Amino acid sequence: MQIYVFDGSLEGLLCAVFEWFERKPGQIQLVTKNDFQPDAFTAHLDILPEAGKADRVWKGLQSRLPKGWMRRFYCTYLSESPEAYTALFEFTCYIFSAEPGAENNYGNPHVLAVSKTAIKVEREKHRMEAFIRFQHTADGIFYCGIDPDFNVLPLIMSHFKNRYADQQWIIYDINRKYGLYYNLEKVEEIKMDFNEPNMLRPSSGSLSDKEELYTVLWKDYFKSANIVARKNTKLHVQHVPKRYWKYLTEKQQ
Amino acid sequence: MSERIREKLNILADAAKYDVSCSSSGGTRKNDNKGLGDSHASGICHTYTEDGRCVSLLKILLTNHCIFDCAYCVSRKSNDIERAAFTVEEVVELTMNFYRRNYIEGLFLSSGIFKNADFTMERLLRVVKKLRLEERFNGYIHLKTIPGASDELIREAGMYADRMSINLEMPTESGLKLLAPDKSHQDVIKPLGFVQNQIVQFKEERKLIRSVPKFVPAGQSTQMVIGATPETDKDIMHTADAFYRNFSLKRVYYSGYIPISNDSRMPILGTQPPLIRENRLYQTDWLMRFYGFHVNELLNDANPHLDIDIDPKLSWALRNLQHFPVDINVAAYKVILRVPGIGVGSAKKIVQARKFGRLRIDQLQKIGVAYNRAKHFIKCADSPYQLKDYQSTQIKSFILAESQSKYIKHDTSQLILF
Repeated sequence: MQIYVFDGSLEGLLCAVFEWFERKPGQIQLVTKNDFQPDAFTAHLDILPEAGKADRVWKGLQSRLPKGWMRRFYCTYLSESPEAYTALFEFTCYIFSAEPGAENNYGNPHVLAVSKTAIKVEREKHRMEAFIRFQHTADGIFYCGIDPDFNVLPLIMSHFKNRYADQQWIIYDINRKYGLYYNLEKVEEIKMDFNEPNMLRPSSGSLSDKEELYTVLWKDYFKSANIVARKNTKLHVQHVPKRYWKYLTEKQQ
Repeated sequence: MSERIREKLNILADAAKYDVSCSSSGGTRKNDNKGLGDSHASGICHTYTEDGRCVSLLKILLTNHCIFDCAYCVSRKSNDIERAAFTVEEVVELTMNFYRRNYIEGLFLSSGIFKNADFTMERLLRVVKKLRLEERFNGYIHLKTIPGASDELIREAGMYADRMSINLEMPTESGLKLLAPDKSHQDVIKPLGFVQNQIVQFKEERKLIRSVPKFVPAGQSTQMVIGATPETDKDIMHTADAFYRNFSLKRVYYSGYIPISNDSRMPILGTQPPLIRENRLYQTDWLMRFYGFHVNELLNDANPHLDIDIDPKLSWALRNLQHFPVDINVAAYKVILRVPGIGVGSAKKIVQARKFGRLRIDQLQKIGVAYNRAKHFIKCADSPYQLKDYQSTQIKSFILAESQSKYIKHDTSQLILF
């Protein structure tokens, strides 16, 4: 079995598919450069990303898959996990070799894997849309830091751009070290150097003077809306998993 | 100033929390005026309270002063509680600032009736108009229709709100008469019907002229209190079904009664709210709306109550074993949907996947079917051959034995002696 080594980019992944169809080596193993361990008994092939080849594969997929499946493909890629890359590779090969409409074959493990991973990524995207809490900073920008499981910033961009069209905002992914900045015109990708100890929720020193009032009001509201007689902690934690509590204004002490 | 607004918010949010509806879906408003807010088709729950209910809207009363004295309501006239009222500006300010911080999807505004219906409705209308016209707010607005308000006010409010609702409160007329002698179901039916007519009319006009504004695009909903009066589940669901059919409601909400007074007509203080019953009613509601069940199949004169220990779909299947087993590889989608343990998602996947070959048990499990439950009702490519036909009581005990009810805190099975 041969090992295909690619750089982890979407282009690289698509080129791996291109190379596979050119060589037809049978079963292969796909790994990223970072995960690759050279092995004395297995040959490996370095995949060089080339825009032309990737483009052909992408266009081919577009002609075979409906829009919803192209989105699932992209979402699965954003999950950044080795299993997802392998599933995408096998899925793409399957789509090109089987008859049209094969993406509906949920009995196929790769189809199911892509579909399930995409759901996970969409869920994380939806959670970010729900759990992001902006804080109004002293310089008039609404800021929020996040550390999502998957790279969801590209997916949530248009949602926040449409919604908060009349305010400047920054959403910063502190693990992947990049963020989105909306300057009332368009959204830009930014990198920042912080001297703030808590990048998720900046301390009160750098916030606007109204911020504290609305924080308190929101915490009050959260408490008032609760019906004590119906207490159901299990359901509460199921809907708001503990790992997200650090974002939530209403969950801060 | 901040102390007073905190106090008001506490009182008026506390009084509004018994309204169950918190959906923010179905809004179609787009942010095309460079204002604030844009609807999300499926709605977003921004957080959940410790009782596990979603918080997606800022749910408040404009005031809890009320001229009515309904026994089931905390804001009733005779109740000795703190009273407060927001000004129009305060509500607008709170909504805008909460929305800017991504705390909420929008506003749910309700009110006690002060002075008279028109006076109250006119105040509510002023809040939504200010939000939409002055603040260019495009988020979700759920507005209560005040029973008895004039048609002109309701029509105008419908131009700015996304959803309007009006609560039925008690499932039957007699129940309502018992607890709120001043009210009747007619007070609810008239405005519900009026708004429904307007929705249809505006839709018709929009087909001809594109620029006709949208009227209550997310539709209407209503709510019933469960367990305060002695109605059967059959009464409740038949009422719900009639309202779904007659007024094309988007939702009917069922709210388990939480004792709030020493009134002898209702459960005493400290009684546990009927949470399981509420859950079963919602399950029945879903079966009616998404699974193609008719209300008579689930609740009829022979079965006026839902089972507490098993869900209504399983209970229907056990009563109707003649329809089973269903062959997953040939049965119609609608038939597969009726199998306990198979939901809408898995049923759709099954119908698509079986075009590529006969489905096996392991594939069904991966697709997401609750196989341990479904296996008693289905056949697939490699189902084991079964000589014996089980009785419904046997199947029920098999399923109960291997499932753990979330409502039963302690294992009640008998100790084994030897």
